[in-house]
Amino acid sequence: MLPIEIRDLRKSFGTTKALDGLDLTVQQGEVVGFLGPNGAGKSTTIRVLLGLLRSDGGEAKLFGGDPWRDAVALHRRLTYVPGDVSLWPNLTGGEAIDLLARLRGGADPTRKAELLERFELDPTKKARTYSKGNRQKVALVAAFASDAELLVLDEPTSGLDPLMESVFTEYLREAKAAGRSVLLSSHILSEVEKVCDTVTIIRAGRAVESGTLEELRHLTRSKVMAVLPGTGSVGEARVAQLTALPGVHDLTAEPHTEGLHVVFDVDHEAMSGVLTALGDIGVRGFTAQPPSLEDLFMRHYSESNVEANVEIGSLRRDRSLELPTSTQTTDLDGDSGQP
Amino acid sequence: MSGLTGTGALLRFALRRDRVRIAVWIGSLASLYLYCVFALAQVFGDTESQQARAALMRSPASVLMTGPGYGLDHYTLGPIMANELLLWFILAAGLMSAFQIVRHTRAEEESGRSELLRAGVVGRHAPAVAAALTVLIANAILAVTSFAALVSGGLPVADSLAYVLAVALGALVFGAVALVLAQASEHARTASGVTVAVLMAALFIRGVGDMEQVGGSALSWFSPIAWSQQTRVYVDLRWWPLALPVVFIALLLALAALLASRRDYAAGLINPKPGRIDARASLRSPSALAWRQQRTTTIWWAVGFAVMFVAVGTYIDSIDSVMSDVIANTPVVADVFNPDDLTGAFVRIMLLFGAVAAAAFGISAIGRARAEEVAGRTELLLATPISRARWLGAQLAVPTLAAAGLMLLAGLTFFAGSLTVGVTNPGLVEYVAASVAYLPAIAVIVALAAALYALLPRLLPTAWVFIALGLVEGMFGDALNLPAALRWLSPLHWVPNPIATDGGSWLPLLPLTALALALFAAAFVGFHRRDVPTS
Repeated sequence: MLPIEIRDLRKSFGTTKALDGLDLTVQQGEVVGFLGPNGAGKSTTIRVLLGLLRSDGGEAKLFGGDPWRDAVALHRRLTYVPGDVSLWPNLTGGEAIDLLARLRGGADPTRKAELLERFELDPTKKARTYSKGNRQKVALVAAFASDAELLVLDEPTSGLDPLMESVFTEYLREAKAAGRSVLLSSHILSEVEKVCDTVTIIRAGRAVESGTLEELRHLTRSKVMAVLPGTGSVGEARVAQLTALPGVHDLTAEPHTEGLHVVFDVDHEAMSGVLTALGDIGVRGFTAQPPSLEDLFMRHYSESNVEANVEIGSLRRDRSLELPTSTQTTDLDGDSGQP
Repeated sequence: MSGLTGTGALLRFALRRDRVRIAVWIGSLASLYLYCVFALAQVFGDTESQQARAALMRSPASVLMTGPGYGLDHYTLGPIMANELLLWFILAAGLMSAFQIVRHTRAEEESGRSELLRAGVVGRHAPAVAAALTVLIANAILAVTSFAALVSGGLPVADSLAYVLAVALGALVFGAVALVLAQASEHARTASGVTVAVLMAALFIRGVGDMEQVGGSALSWFSPIAWSQQTRVYVDLRWWPLALPVVFIALLLALAALLASRRDYAAGLINPKPGRIDARASLRSPSALAWRQQRTTTIWWAVGFAVMFVAVGTYIDSIDSVMSDVIANTPVVADVFNPDDLTGAFVRIMLLFGAVAAAAFGISAIGRARAEEVAGRTELLLATPISRARWLGAQLAVPTLAAAGLMLLAGLTFFAGSLTVGVTNPGLVEYVAASVAYLPAIAVIVALAAALYALLPRLLPTAWVFIALGLVEGMFGDALNLPAALRWLSPLHWVPNPIATDGGSWLPLLPLTALALALFAAAFVGFHRRDVPTS
């Protein structure tokens, strides 16, 4: 009996198809990343799972039950954090946490105190005075204070600063260690990369890619940055040599103090040939990045959908501003494939 | 002045954004003017009916809800418009002005939208001044159109001009009050709520003042509404009382500007204080939460009801003496009004007013369920092991029970008021029975709002039509000669009055109760089936 099992799920709002044959599975004890830009159908999927929206077709099962019909019984086993938390303006954060916990059957006060301290949340303020990040923390504290088997998190870190994001990641790992299952919807890719076992990428209401991170990385290219000796015609010849190699894409070259700085993408299976060529040239500096989820994501969205392109474009900018250190940099002995 | 930079752009924006809203307000009020002018001229066309109407207007209950009684001796269309309707036009235009002001000042600030504007090249005072100008323009348009309506009915030009100015200035006073409260209060709801309370107080003060003597007493002059009424328009026109609202508005605007230049953005005058770390043990169910959300409003409504009905009750002993004088002077009145039933008519009008207010409270409380859903808080609760029926039950129980409680409170405090002046007939049982008689009709209106919320949430505001209908039908149904089919549509029309000698049948209460239950059932079925949220 899987925590979440969705097959061919469909849901329309008027003429808009929000979900168009979505498949998604969460195994017991698994943390599943659910990726897609705004409007892809992530929240609609979660609302169907919570029995808030009625599906138009296909199958959605929560612990083997019908999320619409058995909502109350199923909700005893899960906890939910929405992406945009709205709280009762005249309740304090502490009161809202207690209310949500009690409706789920009560929470441990020491656990609540610990979470409040870790998330640096002042529970005595009225909810109307909280910023977006603080409202988000209220929902997170209520969720992590519960001992539900399944955590359904819809872009839970929107509005949190990087420090708080790492606290969140820590509690997510703890939940995973305790054997709880998690559905984590996000467009913050580094967050998903850190904790998720498998990833489902959704686009226009349908899953376009699904599998473990390792599996998905096979589908894409690594980014290589290298410094080549030689300038002028020598440099140009070397650039031409590299460009001619099979599996090398989008090569750019810029003058560098020691010669030329080149950046290019390499297909996974062509990496060994590239390394040999670089070795022959006598490369001075070398960095290779394994494909990040962001690259995966970009490839899925940049192919046809112009609108999605715009979204991803802004996404990438946001991320490079917020988390400049989040992309993994690995040298030759990393997992980018040493010959 | 750099504090006003951007006012013009904001003003154009507000007029553009609210063009439909303002047009609907002005259109309905102007049509009401036109209808009144022609319907009243027809209904009270002869001296006999005018005298009968004037006699009715001398009763304390009528005075409370109309005016100081100028021109009762020669009660033609002009004096009727001035004495009976000026008050209601000020009330309607005043509410329009106050809501419009709060909508464009504090509501914008609270939602964070005006932060975007204020970060641009926009002066500190520009949003407030633009809002005030919007309201000024709306009232000016209303004045012009209603002036045309009055003159087209053959009323004198100078008096008609004074009439529409009196309405506009009366309305602008409440707009200015709203402007001050929007600066002082951190929340739009509070600003609107307190402005409505000020309006009600103004209504009540002049009512009590005018009940003391025809033409009003010193107390009347403490109410801005009285300033407009004291122009004696259509009777013996004098202009100088209109200087009072002008001065008062200027003072209020200065106060608002002072407050605005001293406070922080998004702050009120009172700083929020820290609250509880843990919730009370009782906050553990959807109904506890719903009560917590509605508690403060409900308590204030209850206080308002108690104060008003105790005060009204103290007038019950003067009904007979006042009316006996009237009947002695104008014997024709006795043909129209049963002299034995004056108390019954007084109680009926006052309890009708209470019932309409209680039902309005119920609708506005159900509107909060909708607000919960739109804000996403319903979703948060329905993701816990709380069934939809339980959540909706809590959201409906609080408004329905509170509305019923308010109605019972009206009857009890009415009796308490009459006790203070030594009147024990009608007794407690009669008052309670008269209030209970209204409960099914109130329940129908509240249940209709509930069913609309559950089935067609977008149409929830149409429930307010029944509030307007209930008020107009109950108070002016005879005067305006409304068609029977329209009168039957109002659930309140069917309510018997056990205090009156000919109080009507209790039988309609059965179908009313059944209708209320059916509508509540429809609400539960509908809410169980639909998507949450439904926009």
